[in-house]
Amino acid sequence: MTQSRDVWVFVEHEDGRVAPVSLELLGKARELADQLTGSVCALLIGHDVGQLATVAIQHGADVVLLAEDRQLAVYRTLPYARVATELIRERQPYIVLLGGTPVGRDLAPRLASALSAGLTADCTALRIGDLERRGASYRDLLFQIRPAFGGNVVATIVNPEMHPQMATVREGVMRMAEPDAERVGRIESIPVRLSSDDLVLEIVSRRMRLPAVDLSRAHVIVAGGAGVGSKKDFELIHELARALDGQVGATRAAVDAGWVSAEHQVGQTGFTVRPRLYIAAGISGAAQHLAGMDESSTIIAINTDPNAPIFQVAHYKIVGDLRRVIPQMIDAYRAQSR
Amino acid sequence: MPYEMMVLIKQVPDTTRITARAMKDDGTVNRAALPAVVNPDDLSALELALRVKDEHGGRVTVLTMGPPTATAVLREALWRGADRALLLTDRALAGSDTLATSYVLALAVKRAGVFDLVFCGRQAIDGDTAQVGPQVAEKLGLPQITCAEAIDALGDGLIEARRSLPLGVETVRCRLPCLLTVIGSGIVVRPPSVRRAMAQKLASSPLEMAAVRERWPEFASDDDLRSHLGRHGLEIPVWTAADLGADERRIGLGGSPTKVYKVDYVVLEGHASTDLEASPEALGELMRDLIEEYIL
Repeated sequence: MTQSRDVWVFVEHEDGRVAPVSLELLGKARELADQLTGSVCALLIGHDVGQLATVAIQHGADVVLLAEDRQLAVYRTLPYARVATELIRERQPYIVLLGGTPVGRDLAPRLASALSAGLTADCTALRIGDLERRGASYRDLLFQIRPAFGGNVVATIVNPEMHPQMATVREGVMRMAEPDAERVGRIESIPVRLSSDDLVLEIVSRRMRLPAVDLSRAHVIVAGGAGVGSKKDFELIHELARALDGQVGATRAAVDAGWVSAEHQVGQTGFTVRPRLYIAAGISGAAQHLAGMDESSTIIAINTDPNAPIFQVAHYKIVGDLRRVIPQMIDAYRAQSR
Repeated sequence: MPYEMMVLIKQVPDTTRITARAMKDDGTVNRAALPAVVNPDDLSALELALRVKDEHGGRVTVLTMGPPTATAVLREALWRGADRALLLTDRALAGSDTLATSYVLALAVKRAGVFDLVFCGRQAIDGDTAQVGPQVAEKLGLPQITCAEAIDALGDGLIEARRSLPLGVETVRCRLPCLLTVIGSGIVVRPPSVRRAMAQKLASSPLEMAAVRERWPEFASDDDLRSHLGRHGLEIPVWTAADLGADERRIGLGGSPTKVYKVDYVVLEGHASTDLEASPEALGELMRDLIEEYIL
């Protein structure tokens, strides 16, 4: 079978809704497939999820492969991997994309390992390009771009020979296209055959909450890092965010220290944000953090160390102790906005 | 019932310590300024395995793949409570991507024995891919529990574990054997025990004989030292790709489907910036500007 030029997107869903990152990926896949003159194929696995096929088509899919079974109602690694691996083996897509979510990052390496395919994690950009390498030339490869080494470098990764070319893509970095109600596509039902070996894991309970914060859409973010020093002092970050009607962000160090939950994390392994105003308090500016916030329109940095790297991306530099500066900022804002 | 457990660990540069001092003048990282440490999630993986041993009995084997100097993380794991350590090192493995790495690690796990539980850290701080754990699980034909933060129950050939997800917690029950990737935050790991560190200070691989003899000159020859280590169970075995019967087309740079095409250093570009005094007056002015420019 000759290699197809098709771009596949694994469509993640929860509670009857498609994950935003999957819609972002369908838009990106559309762009890539148009360049490759291939099709966009949405891989939709679940139970009673037929209505989501239309959503996938409106966001760019030409074909939806719909695999439904009661055992597939909630994501579990092995049954999902079984369905996806067999389909990829059979139809040989050129590119397979998944969201860089807990589900995507659980499933993608499992598939790549079974298929002996190359997989790049957490890409922030994807494009098609040509490559000359060791006397061989490769046309129309997927250039997979991701931050590496704690965000200190940006690496471009290619899989020249072993296909499909697989990547997970970070949430919120690709632009989501508006749905096009006029778009037409084909829905193909896939028969599902699972073995008892695929069902050795059961979900006992799930306690999920709605996202309390959506940093990707916040206009003002006040973020704290290791320099905040304690959970008690992290309350200052919350206070300033409340005063400015903004959201709370955090570095990995602050999350790892348990001062704030992971959904507030900004950086290479957290959210990528571009707010109007980003206030970085007690953040030294590890590249891993800068990767997620350096495109903010205005950055104010507060740090006791005048040499902290965060000051290199800041528009306003305040060398000082955030425990003193933040209360003063709150007072100043209240006085000015009166 | 005792459990046979394997923990896969990795030595990484401590990328969390990238401070101003670890940056070069051109804005790139000075790797030499970063200490080599056990990957944090891997320490948590070891801790969960040791807790199973504390409660149910069993044996914990640690395995690392890396350069000969990576023996340091194995020693640290022994001092924290692991029972057995294995070093996988070979120039032929250099440049392996996650797929090639998982292939060799899976071979090594198979050679090391039959395990009820295999633990890995969720991800390494130098790569952040979180891929190797699931890739090894696939190659071993094991079910996987990623992002595990606790084991709630173990018995009757079943494990019940809690997964820490960004928006909540999921509890799953799975048949043994299985592989867990462990998420670090929230797990307090035990420190190396002084008693164990004393008893096993000489634990080393055959590749380190010269270095060990330099510190302890009482050993007259390598053979002398090796027989001492052998008698006291302190020798850390070294495996190569050939020892594992690895297919050379599937290892190292050549066996890795992903290639780094290019690397661009992230250079911090300074832009026009204003230094502000931490005074009420200056901050008042700042706030006024932000409000006037519709930023606030």
